[in-house]
Amino acid sequence: MPNGARQAVSFKDVTLGYHRHPAVHHLTGSLDKGALTAIIGANGSGKSTLMKGITGMLKPMSGEIHIAPGETIAYLPQQSELDRHFPARVVDLVAMGLWNKRGLIGRHTGADRARIVAALETVGLSGFERRGIDTLSGGQLQRVLFARVLVQDASLILLDEPFSAIDAKTLSDLVDLITRWQEEGRTVAVVVHDLDLVRAHFPMAMLLARRLVAWDETRKVLAPRNLEQARDFQETWDEAAPWCHDDDHDPQGGIPHQHGADAEADRIAGNAP
Amino acid sequence: MIDTLYAYFVAPFAEYGFMQRALVGTLFLSLGSSPVGVFLMLRRMSLTGDAMSHAILPGVATGFLLFGLDILPMTLGGIAAGLVVALAAGAISRITVQREDASLAAFYLISLALGVLIVSLRGSTVDLMHVLFGSVLGLNDEAMLTIGIITAVTFAMLAVFWRALVAECLDPLFLRSVSRLGPAVHFVFMAIVVLNLVGGYLALGTLLSVGLMMLPAAARFWTSRAETMALVAIAIAAASSVSGLLLSFHAALPAGPAIVLSAGAVYAGSLLLGTSGIIHSRTAKGHHRIA
Repeated sequence: MPNGARQAVSFKDVTLGYHRHPAVHHLTGSLDKGALTAIIGANGSGKSTLMKGITGMLKPMSGEIHIAPGETIAYLPQQSELDRHFPARVVDLVAMGLWNKRGLIGRHTGADRARIVAALETVGLSGFERRGIDTLSGGQLQRVLFARVLVQDASLILLDEPFSAIDAKTLSDLVDLITRWQEEGRTVAVVVHDLDLVRAHFPMAMLLARRLVAWDETRKVLAPRNLEQARDFQETWDEAAPWCHDDDHDPQGGIPHQHGADAEADRIAGNAP
Repeated sequence: MIDTLYAYFVAPFAEYGFMQRALVGTLFLSLGSSPVGVFLMLRRMSLTGDAMSHAILPGVATGFLLFGLDILPMTLGGIAAGLVVALAAGAISRITVQREDASLAAFYLISLALGVLIVSLRGSTVDLMHVLFGSVLGLNDEAMLTIGIITAVTFAMLAVFWRALVAECLDPLFLRSVSRLGPAVHFVFMAIVVLNLVGGYLALGTLLSVGLMMLPAAARFWTSRAETMALVAIAIAAASSVSGLLLSFHAALPAGPAIVLSAGAVYAGSLLLGTSGIIHSRTAKGHHRIA
């Protein structure tokens, strides 16, 4: 276990979920500073929930998520909540990345504007500043959102399925950018579905199936036994699932939650009582 | 010629105190409530303005019941009732499965019935008409001052929260990831809506107050930037106020409906002729640039 100074985020027996049903169950471990980690797992396995937990948008039902002091977070959610019909230009969307620096009313300076222009250049969209966001293609919009992450200049970058529905050229450019972020010493965690991509570009991987299946070097995580375990995970919702007793001794005093599908996951993992 | 123009457009305001008051009152109202209407439209909450305008009624009516046609208690009552409904609808949507628009629909119907009931306990049909449709030509100093304060507060709030309001419309999840302001921004905005509806009620009554808020949002047909849209909306509201008051003066029409119908005419014109209106989007087909 690495010492505290090297950890960007640490999870201590964390359970995250909705309506007392866990989506990520009893997770312990840490994201090391400067690590590039792929978060993988089937739909409904808790990947997005974990990201929301790290950003603080979703409070753990039990356990604790600790973000190292001084870490700043840039989070790129899945696109669905962006209103593409809102009358905004590309530059307005990218400028939102200045929030941590300028806040509610701070003026955007000349240097800020230069950073926006440079970020758009990095993602290959020079000259797009004044374009309306409703005129962008899916891939262009994704590049713009990466430009916003660039402008945020955060030490911890969380990307939730950033590669869905984009072409090979854009994918390659964005992967290069992510690699560059790691080289700059930033901590990056990305939800990815394409395992070939994970093998090729992500040194670390976390495999979820509503609980942690494996979290290690990518080569070890993608071992057939782990993948088989994760594949057997079923997206079930058991209203009458028994209450989780692991929390009885939880020093944080968590919210009681039900097990649901995890009973199945426990059985598969051979942890069932 | 100049004499005729003067007689039609200037004399009514130059020579009659009540017209001057009505003009200043509605121009102040235009400055505050039309940018608010633009945001309601951009947040896909256009009908929320209408619902909230009913929601202030029981408060106004209670003020009337206790103190008669006195501006201050009616105004404070309206603000209190509007805020209670906005907070309750927002809270219910966060705590239960009910969506905010559904809660608002329920609350505004209850509010409207309750308001009319309370007014009828004490007042006559004339009083009810006054509350529902306002009396823009009878604005007194107190009403003018209240509208002025509401406009100043609205401007200050919009200036401070503009960036957050835009962020909350454009990408609410992003705002939540960088700031805890998200839910607060929504309530601040609803409070601004309530304030302006109460200001609008003083001039146009509870039923028409939303007219000067939502119809100028026709600015959407002329521009594709939120800042410009707010400015165009102010211009539309101001022009509608002047036009409505003049129509009312010369044709002996009730002033409130004349103002709202003027704004309605601008809306219809914008819908047809605006740069993203019907005619332009039909004729634009067939022309395209080389890149």
